[in-house]
This record gives sequence, structure tokens and C-alpha cells, in this order.
Amino acid sequence: MAKLARLALTPEELRVAAAQLSGMLEHFADIDELDLTQIEPMTQPYHLVNVMRDDTEAPTLDRAEVLAEAPRAEAGRFRVPSTGGAG
Amino acid sequence: MSAAPRTVRDIAAGVRSGEFTAVDVLEQHLAAISAREGDVHAFNLVLADAALERAAAIDADVAAGRDPGPLAGVPIALKDNMCTRGVPTTCSSKILADWKPPYDGTVVSRLAAAGAVTVGKTNLDEFAMGSSTENSAFGPTFNPLDTSRVAGGSSGGSAAAVAAGFAALSFGSDTGGSIRQPAALCGVVGVKPTYGRVSRYGLVAFASSLDQIGPFTHTVADAALALQVISGHDPADSTSIPEAPPDFSAVLGRGVEGLRIGRIADLPAGADPDVGERLDQAFAALAAAGASIVDVNVPAFTYGLTAYYIIAPAEASSNLARYDGVRYGLRVEGADTDAMYMATRSAGFGDEVKRRIMLGTYALSAGYYDAYYGKALRIRRLMTQDFDAAYQHCDVMLTPTSPTVAFEVGAKTADPLAMYLCDTYTIPSNLTGHPAMSVPFGTGADDLPVGVQILAPSLGEPVMLQVAAQLEREGIVPGTIPSRGAS
Repeated sequence: MAKLARLALTPEELRVAAAQLSGMLEHFADIDELDLTQIEPMTQPYHLVNVMRDDTEAPTLDRAEVLAEAPRAEAGRFRVPSTGGAG
Repeated sequence: MSAAPRTVRDIAAGVRSGEFTAVDVLEQHLAAISAREGDVHAFNLVLADAALERAAAIDADVAAGRDPGPLAGVPIALKDNMCTRGVPTTCSSKILADWKPPYDGTVVSRLAAAGAVTVGKTNLDEFAMGSSTENSAFGPTFNPLDTSRVAGGSSGGSAAAVAAGFAALSFGSDTGGSIRQPAALCGVVGVKPTYGRVSRYGLVAFASSLDQIGPFTHTVADAALALQVISGHDPADSTSIPEAPPDFSAVLGRGVEGLRIGRIADLPAGADPDVGERLDQAFAALAAAGASIVDVNVPAFTYGLTAYYIIAPAEASSNLARYDGVRYGLRVEGADTDAMYMATRSAGFGDEVKRRIMLGTYALSAGYYDAYYGKALRIRRLMTQDFDAAYQHCDVMLTPTSPTVAFEVGAKTADPLAMYLCDTYTIPSNLTGHPAMSVPFGTGADDLPVGVQILAPSLGEPVMLQVAAQLEREGIVPGTIPSRGAS
């Protein structure tokens, strides 16, 4: 799970996390007693669908201001290491 | 100026009429910060110079005959997960410790346009994940009423800032109770509006289908005014509801004659006796004022905690994927992008955030999706149906806000599940998207404040505030406070 979430944990952190997550999943078993087969899933609480706006021009964020906050930037773009390797 | 005006309404009225100046008001609040912030730690950042400049500009407006707006000169504090252009917005996380957003959130802009003066950015549980403001990378916030106790969370800094007199008004975000629970523990009013009522543009996302911004105040009338300023459609937030907000203040004096107040007969147990006694007194006070008390059932209420602690981490695991060291915030270099992501996230996130990301990743992973996330979404529907059915018989419902008064610092940090149980009564409103608020109603164990929660149906803020105003007028019946039972 930690690897999927791109988190590196020490063996001690993993031990604690595994114990805590097991405890939570045990508590979460309370929903197993419910028959939910006739209930539709609900992903968000307000009934808005396909929200569109007019296709009009508007100012965007200032590029220099955005790149000033980047850990590394080069030639007006974000700079990252090689995407090859372990990926 | 003699005694400091404490409420938003008094401050704005006085500044607008020229009775006193915004600078005087600000200086009184800054003096309170100087005196007690070291013990409370409500703020990640105090913006004294910028605030003084802004207050002077407000006073200049008044002197020139221009109206600065309904929050003229009101010192406010913003939870540090609300984007403020050029001003650090950390989410109390090392991963955003030095980040300065390139834009203001919509709520931030609306408050500025209304004449408010921002005194600082308040502490929170990292990325709003927690119920005590102890999960902050910058250290906990302490309850101003008793600094050996927590302020609640995750908006603990905002609740403490109002309770301590550092700001007359503050704002938090509520994903599972993060406004209402700290409001209860600090003895102030806290409102979570209907989902979509207030724009989240510029609020750093935790769980997007649950998050909502709302105010902390000393009075219900102040909360109504603050809500008025920040509500309304925003094209920049696609979940923003198109309906214009009603006048939230118009109903405050109406009383509760003829209203039906729901008491949830199958409410999950777990509230301490002192909290339960105050809730009983609240029902009695409303009944004496002409409301009828109706027993209702919400069978799915008890499953809310499980549904929430699947849905919120699932959404968080997706939302927090953006903290990868590429575009903003912390980067820990690695040989390739994957190594960089891993190193950055491991160094930047605290334990609780890692725990929830893993829980969410698990709930969404192949093979477990249907068993956890899929089921939680169905419980969410079931919960909404149960509430809709119950609201056929009542106008609002009352519950405790928090099962206990403010607990000792460190009491629940070792056991995440014990911390999660703090949210039992607040979570359902986030799952349904309904409005809810906490209003102080006397004290419990150790003379610490107790909050009563008012739940209302979707878009039901007016009736919710109407009942809150009545509870505020009633105060409490003096009586013996039972000692706090084991929880």
C-alpha cells in the first residue's frame, strides 16, 4: 500500500501503521451487516451535473509567479529529473 | 477607546459610523495576541504589519465618506489551508512550509471586499486531518480556556483565535466536523453551511465531496452576517450551487414557536453525562419557548463513522497525489521522478496524513474497492434517505456536537480510532451535504464549554440559525454539573 501511495516507511513505521490500519478495518466491519444491494452509490451531495461555463477569455495565473514557487524551474517550465529508471 | 467591542456587528457598526477606528480595534486584538499567543499557539503566521496597513486604509475610506463594507475593520483569522496570494499557506505541513499561493481564494477575496482585516493564518491538523490540532507540523494549538486541553480540530487555531480574543471572526473548513467540534470545545459558535453554499476555490482540498468553509464567531448574529458575506455562486467552483442565498439574519428574532425539533431516538451512544445533560436542557428550553420535541429515527447514523473514514481518506489519497515535488512545495531530489516522488512525500507528510493516504489507497485498490469504497458510497445514500425521511417529521434536529468537553493534550494521539470517534455526531452532515452548526450551551466537566449541534436539511440555514439564536437567548438553567464519566 505504501509503495502504491509513493510513501517510503521505515520497518518500525510499517509495523505501527499495519497494526493501526488493522484496528480500523476491524471497526469498519460494522457495515458488513447491512444489505446495500438495492441502494445506489452516492458520490456527491448536491444534485448538480455537467456544470459548464461560457467559453470566454479570462486572465490566467502569472507564469513567473507560479514558477517562482517551483522547487526547480528552467526556461519557463518545471524542471524534473529523468522519468526513466525504477518508475 | 474603553472596553473593546467584541462582536463582529459592534465592530463593523462602530468603524462604519466613525465611533472608533479600525486601527484601534486591530491594536486591541494584536495586544491580546502579544499577551497570550505564546501559550495558545493559534497562529502559523501573524500579519501585524499588513493588517495595520489595511486597517489604516479602512479608516481612510471612512474618513473620505466611503463605506468599507459590512465587515468594516473586523479583525479576522483564516485557517492556513485557504490560499492567500503571496502569503504563506502551509496547511500545517512540511510539504507546503514555504509555499506562497499565486492567487487568493474566493472566500478570501470576498472578505477583503467586505472590509475585513486579516490578522493571521491559523494552525490546523496537517491538511485538516485530525480532531485536536495536535497533528500540526508546527506544534499543537492549546485551548485558551484551559491550555492543558486541546482546542479541537482540525480548525483548532481558528476556534482558539476567536475564543482568545485574537480575532472577532475566523474561518475554518469542515470535512467531518472540523469547524463544529473545535467551536464546541472552545465555547464559540461554528457553522458548516450546505455543501456548495460557499465556494471552495482556493481552499486546499482534503475530501472534495465533503469539504465546506464556514465561520467561527461569538454570537449567532455574527455567524449569520459572516455567512452572508461568503455565500453565493462562484463560477470558479463547479460544485458551487446556483441559488442565491437568502437573508440569513432576517429570521434570528423569530423564536421557535411552532417549530418541530427532532430528537434522534437511535442516536449512537457515547456522549459523556455532562454533555447529555446540557442537550436535555436545550430540548427543554426550546420546548418552553413553544417548540415541539419530536422523536425521530435515523438508523444509518451509526454507520456514518465507517463510511466517512473510507470516503474521506479515499478522496484525500487522490487529492494529495499532487504533492509530488514537481510544481510547488517541498522537493527531495532523487535519481528519477519516481524516487523523487517517494522521497518528497515521505519527508513532507506527517504520520496521520500518511496513515490516511494509505487507508484511502487501500479502500480504492483493486479487489477492495467494492468492499470498502463502493459500500461507503451506498451508506452515504442510505444516510441521506434516512435524514430526508426524518425531516418529514421535524424542522431541525439536535445532538451533542462532541461526545466530550475538551480533552487533555496527548490523551488520544496514540490511538487514531479513539480520535476518530470524536467525530461521531458531526460526520453525517458532511456525508449528506446538509448544514449544521454548534452553539455554546453552558459548561460541563471542569467548567469547560459544551456545544449543542443543530442539524438542518439541505439549504436549511435560516431555520438552523433561528433555532441557534433561541438557544443563545435561553442560555442554560443553572444546575449541578455531573462529573465526566469514563469515555
